[in-house]
Amino acid sequence: MLDAISQITLVMLGLALLVAFIRLVKGPTLPDRIVAMDLFGVLVVGLIVVLAGWSGVRATLDAAIVIALVGFLGTIAYATYVERGDPQ
Amino acid sequence: MTDIVTAVLWLTGSAFALLAALGVVRMPDVFTRMQASTKASTLGLACLLIGAALQMGDFASFIRVASIGAFILLTTPVSGHVIARASYFAGVPLWEGTVLDERRRDSAPGTRVGSSEHDDQNGPSDAGNHG
Repeated sequence: MLDAISQITLVMLGLALLVAFIRLVKGPTLPDRIVAMDLFGVLVVGLIVVLAGWSGVRATLDAAIVIALVGFLGTIAYATYVERGDPQ
Repeated sequence: MTDIVTAVLWLTGSAFALLAALGVVRMPDVFTRMQASTKASTLGLACLLIGAALQMGDFASFIRVASIGAFILLTTPVSGHVIARASYFAGVPLWEGTVLDERRRDSAPGTRVGSSEHDDQNGPSDAGNHG
């Protein structure tokens, strides 16, 4: 049973990534794209965690930790860039 | 039993993640998109993490899952706040149905709040005119 549930979960997370990608392409301003990228980080962490729980490979959790860290730092860097404005 | 709990948690978590993505697409404003993304993705990821920790049942993986959960729960509000602050000060327009902007009226001099010509007709007294 858990195999089917895991596949449904992975398909829903991939669908969420695709839907967030719409906002990343379409977003009228730069903060919209930053929000979409932040959501990308969280969704990829969720994908990796579900894959690790399904397959039992524990080493991929370290990759999830690293992606969470780098996603947060990237969001902070983008927000600092937006708040500072155009360099001139 | 563990499989059933894990299945329920994973389905709930992926549903919340999908709702967060739909909210990011469907919401009309940067700020509403930000709150949809942060809140729903935090709860969804917490459900996915608890389900994975139950499924593995190992102490080392439990420590890693708990650290991921603590980190996400600590950093998601911070990143949401920073995005909202930066986009507000950068002059991103609010949704036209916004009923209250507490920052506009008494903005301190030196901040980058853009326009000051709406000071008279917008404010807390305007909140009852919508709907």
